[in-house]
Amino acid sequence: MKPQDLTESLRKHPFLNNLSEDLLKTLTSCASNVVFDEGTYLFHEGEDAKIFYLLRSGRAVLEIAGGERGQIRIQTVGAGEVIGWSWLISPYRWHFDAFALEQVHAFAIDASCLITKCETDCRFGYEMLRRFSEVLERRLEATRLQLLDVYGSNLGERGENY
Amino acid sequence: MSLTTLMEHDTKSSEIMAPSFALVKRVIWETDDTYTLLIDPPAENGGGFPFAPGQFNMVYAYGVGEAAISISSDPAKPDQLAHTIHRVGTVTSALSRLKRGDMIGLRGPFGTSWPIDEVVGKDVCIAAGGIGLAPLRPVIYSLLRRREKYGRIVILYGARSPLDLLYRVELEQWSKARNTDVIVTVDRGDSSWKGHIGVVTGLFSYVKLDSPSTVAMVCGPEVMMKYTCEELQRRGLRSDQIFVSLERNMKCGVGLCGHCQFGPHFICKDGPVFRLPVVNQLLEKKEI
Amino acid sequence: MDKTYRLETEDLERLLQLLQGEGYETIGPTLGNGTIVYDKITTAKDLPKGWTDEEEPASYRISNNGGERMFGYTLAPQSWKRFLYPPLRELFSIRRNGKSFETLRTDSEEKKFAFIGVRPCELSAVLIQDKVFTAGEYRDDDYLSRRRNAFIVAVNCANAGANCFCLSMNTGPKAGEGFDIALTEVVNDGGHYFVAEAGTDKGATLLERTGGIAASERERGEAEEVVERTASQITKSLDTRGLQEILAENQESPHWDDVAKRCLTCGNCTMVCPTCFCAAVEDSTDLSGKTASRTRRWDSCFTLDFARVSGGNFRITPKSRYRQWLTHKLSSWVEQFGIFGCVGCGRCITWCPVGIDITAEVSAIKGERVKQEKGA
Repeated sequence: MKPQDLTESLRKHPFLNNLSEDLLKTLTSCASNVVFDEGTYLFHEGEDAKIFYLLRSGRAVLEIAGGERGQIRIQTVGAGEVIGWSWLISPYRWHFDAFALEQVHAFAIDASCLITKCETDCRFGYEMLRRFSEVLERRLEATRLQLLDVYGSNLGERGENY
Repeated sequence: MSLTTLMEHDTKSSEIMAPSFALVKRVIWETDDTYTLLIDPPAENGGGFPFAPGQFNMVYAYGVGEAAISISSDPAKPDQLAHTIHRVGTVTSALSRLKRGDMIGLRGPFGTSWPIDEVVGKDVCIAAGGIGLAPLRPVIYSLLRRREKYGRIVILYGARSPLDLLYRVELEQWSKARNTDVIVTVDRGDSSWKGHIGVVTGLFSYVKLDSPSTVAMVCGPEVMMKYTCEELQRRGLRSDQIFVSLERNMKCGVGLCGHCQFGPHFICKDGPVFRLPVVNQLLEKKEI
Repeated sequence: MDKTYRLETEDLERLLQLLQGEGYETIGPTLGNGTIVYDKITTAKDLPKGWTDEEEPASYRISNNGGERMFGYTLAPQSWKRFLYPPLRELFSIRRNGKSFETLRTDSEEKKFAFIGVRPCELSAVLIQDKVFTAGEYRDDDYLSRRRNAFIVAVNCANAGANCFCLSMNTGPKAGEGFDIALTEVVNDGGHYFVAEAGTDKGATLLERTGGIAASERERGEAEEVVERTASQITKSLDTRGLQEILAENQESPHWDDVAKRCLTCGNCTMVCPTCFCAAVEDSTDLSGKTASRTRRWDSCFTLDFARVSGGNFRITPKSRYRQWLTHKLSSWVEQFGIFGCVGCGRCITWCPVGIDITAEVSAIKGERVKQEKGA
């Protein structure tokens, strides 16, 4: 894919919605296209997080090794969404596995390239951080909701009359 | 005495406090703790039981008590009522022990309904959480029965785990209807589950709503509804395009016992279905 | 009907006999259980002559001052609510025959009450409950039948209690509407008599038959003086201006926490309140399981069970339950029924074991609001 084509398809990704032209170009210079076959891993827990992914199609699931409880699936991520922010935060290692439930097409963004750009261009850095903060906030909110176990009947004792 | 307020106007009699009895035709266990009772309407109803989607009955277990349960069957088939019930306490446990051929007490239908006429010609987004799919099933039946009258239909449904999903066969069938998306997610999945994992609000990433022409109907636990309504508004719906169905303790079903008050509203007669702006401010406050 | 009569104390006896002759069960104030109760009376001798009551927050004492007044007390602990809306009532029973059921509706008892001595605030409470039970989409047939049959003799107040605030609620100390007969008891140097006003044709007919003579202007003036003097004794007040909105907008006032520290959530206030109408519906069976019944019992929004549902409980904290009660009385009630749910009788203050005063709580909430506005 030519850089122009890559820029054009990146522009369509919701994560980069309304990103200005020059910043989009900066990002394109760190991006490439990748494909993961169904049943393969995008990355594993503990590996160095050198990349993050903007999913274009297909779905991946985030898993945590739960020791005696086996692999626990926490969340699925699909087209239009982002996987990975461990590249942003020390010690820059993945905290979970990402497994392709279907064939996954994604943009891979090279983290060391991106960090360099972020540090040399504060405007770009701010824009990336702002967008990642939004993703983080949404994930945190979702995690809280899951934690509440809203569909559970664990309140049965208090509702025993019914 | 002053008779001015004692005119009977169009008031209905409190005789309604006594249930009619109806025959249980079949018991379907949807999940480990949730079952659907298929019921022949009470004989005195003349074989029918007209209701609007979203309305509920007070369902009575002999000698044990009553619970307010929404009707989950097809309004176009009033000869066959269904109630999908989550077994959590004494009444719903007693009801769960009913078998084919047993009798069940019913009073109703009570309450307001989903805005089925308002959505003609529009897109409809249905968001359900857990047992909240049951009060929405009559809407889905109605929409799909006259599929051509509506725009796009999106059904988003979240449950605790794959084993807690209601109406699995029907979810599959609904997804095959024209211009109809059914997206299901669970809070906890295992490796055998190939669908989405995550909260129902996360599913909005996968649908594009034409916000000006969409009406949303939301039912589930209050926290789930709160976040879902926020998400819908973030995606451009005005709050008056959103409807929610609320739950409160109900003892009479007819606005006389006072239990279901939610600010100035009696959920049993002013609800359970509300246009969001009517209740939004109260929902933001704790323990109203 | 604008005719007023002078009744002698003996005429009151005749009025009671006439009412009984018409099949009324005459209910009035009398001494019982060491207090003044509204109960069956057969003669004017049953009335609590000379007895008065003294009310303070969390305090109610009666004493006999040796006087002539038959209605010299302010209020009995319980209102008339229990006669029109019984605390416990079976709604129906169900007989089980194998797999089939037969519903046996419990017929309303055909009750014909004549209430003697209804205070103006209490009469307002009856009119409020009329709206609750008969003007909505569904009516309460049992209430309607009892209410339709009831004959009301109001007695204007000659003595205000320390917890009375009827002036603020516009419900007393003189009865305005809703009575068949309204009496004012006059005791002065000139003697002891009643000025009676008919509110209905039926009331007028009965007064004629009682043998009352037209009240003179002086007598009418003396009756006016009684209620004016009572009004001047009232010290407690509640500022109702904008109250509906103020409470609706201050559901999160820090003052709710303050009152929650004192409130025991005992529900006394709701039990003595003449307008509170919440009820629980309970089902049970006999020991053999052959017959089940459903009863309706007064309930209180202060109980932990009140807002419980299968998935949890919407009002766990005492704060939320007190707030529900007070905002219902003085705010959401207006939206529901077009009128306040409080008549200013002060019973909730008197019978609160810790003396929580609804008027003081409202002022405090208003005060917090002012403080916050200034702070902001």
